[in-house]
Amino acid sequence: MKQFKGRVLAGGTYKGECIVSHGGLNTLATFQSSAIKHAKKVIASDQNNPDLYGKNITGIALILPQTIGSTTGGMVLQVICSMKINPACMLFSESIDSLAAAGAVLSTVWENSDIIVIDRLGKEILETAKSGGQVEVKEDGTVIVY
Amino acid sequence: MYTPKMKLTEEQLSILRGEQGETKAKIMETLVRYGDIFDAPEMVKVTHGCGHLVTSFGMGLLKPVFRICDEMIDAGLKVEDGFTMDPRPVDYKNVKCNLIEKAVFNLVMYGKQKDYEERLLKLGMKGNDPFSCACYFKEIGNIPKKGDVLSWAESSAVNYANSVLGARCNRNSGMIDIFGSIIGYVPKFGLLTDEGRKATWKITLKLTKMPEAQVLGSAIGMKVMEEVPYVVGLDKWIGTELNDDATGFLKDFGAATASNGAVGLYHIDKITPEAKELGEKLLVDNYKEYVIDDAELERVYKNYPIMWKNKDKEGQMAFIGCPHLSLKQLNEWTDRLTTALSKQNRKKVAVRTILCTAPAVKEVFMKSENYKKLMSTGAKLTCICPLMYSNNPLCKKHRIMTASNKLRTYTLARYYTTDELVDKIVGK
Repeated sequence: MKQFKGRVLAGGTYKGECIVSHGGLNTLATFQSSAIKHAKKVIASDQNNPDLYGKNITGIALILPQTIGSTTGGMVLQVICSMKINPACMLFSESIDSLAAAGAVLSTVWENSDIIVIDRLGKEILETAKSGGQVEVKEDGTVIVY
Repeated sequence: MYTPKMKLTEEQLSILRGEQGETKAKIMETLVRYGDIFDAPEMVKVTHGCGHLVTSFGMGLLKPVFRICDEMIDAGLKVEDGFTMDPRPVDYKNVKCNLIEKAVFNLVMYGKQKDYEERLLKLGMKGNDPFSCACYFKEIGNIPKKGDVLSWAESSAVNYANSVLGARCNRNSGMIDIFGSIIGYVPKFGLLTDEGRKATWKITLKLTKMPEAQVLGSAIGMKVMEEVPYVVGLDKWIGTELNDDATGFLKDFGAATASNGAVGLYHIDKITPEAKELGEKLLVDNYKEYVIDDAELERVYKNYPIMWKNKDKEGQMAFIGCPHLSLKQLNEWTDRLTTALSKQNRKKVAVRTILCTAPAVKEVFMKSENYKKLMSTGAKLTCICPLMYSNNPLCKKHRIMTASNKLRTYTLARYYTTDELVDKIVGK
């Protein structure tokens, strides 16, 4: 068990499964395919991201460094939050990037989304957490990796 | 009411309190929260009022976007100085699709295009076919001045405006772009500040031949990701004047840095405005270094994954112009293709070849002799976004070739250098 502390951008609590992307998450490429199909779960569709490709990321904790790619990214996050197929938490090892930050704010202000967003958890969380493993997220930005 | 961390003027606070309506208050709250995440001390005025929006496609799944558009229209809000848009997704006349592909585009993917564009016109979209990712072309005229503050999105346009024009804009997301344009203020952080525009990487070029713009940009983007690079040694290849050749090169180079990494601003020694003014003073004290020689560019190029199902088969279709081709580039491609065809004793291209440019550029080009020459080769000229076309799950079956590193990154298209792509197109 290892504990990390980050900055809370959208608070909440969570206990359950996590999935880890060691590289930047391309938002459009990851979510687009499932969103177009109006799927009930997002099966990550970015073929350039072997950590996530083909795996479910809805309703679980997504651990990542930052998001990358198209500047539609924030809006895409808002859309998947509106469709209620978002990850339960987005846990960033780095400071959040401007596109993901926009997505978090758009989801909070316009969708009343309950997505949890924490950044600045440190690089080590990417190595400590394993996809399929368990994490616990607390209101104050503490993330415990079991 | 949201309690802002940043300092707001009385006018900005009154908007946030809802004194100018609930919708405007929510737009202001979005911008303030967004800035607070980055410790922005204040909001600054958008000094180049003409916006540029990234979301140009009427996808059915964008219901929240349509809802917010309707809310803004009902509240009587619009962008006073208007805005340009990224390219449209389809053009059946010049980029032909079979019936099933059309059905997927019309019914599943972009079925809301007409409705969406009607909303955009009400919100201030320029009326003269303003659909291009390169809104800064002189034929379109959305050209900020050095030091102007913008509220744009579209990674390649933001990258060009910051780097080549010396304007100031963050890598904004869709929706943030129009919100800043409507309110007329954006939070001051990142690339809007002198500190945020300093380079954290010094890139030294030690090349023996002219680099392919899209491979050089890709190498730098993948190395520095979202940081600011200062590139030394490119003047040897593109000169020190920002003429049509240099700006065309930098447009393609920049788009690759932005899509293969997340670069919002680069400085080129002796060429781009801030580098000309401040030189290596733009570098932070403890900058990182990356040396690029011929072997490094070759390594980067060889590492691009080939995503075609059958890697050994030949390509079926070539897309040229992501970002959109400038007038100069269109003329160059026309000469390149006609000369190569002539050498092969061919009159027509060997594979479907589609060149992409802005509507305003196409209009000018169509009046030239070169337009007839290009059409005589069998190539097509369109104004769509090839990325939007290639995102159709059925189009993924086509083996698309491209000299665009942005298109390669976001789709299954295979990258070829310009010379290699010309050979493929003329059947060499």
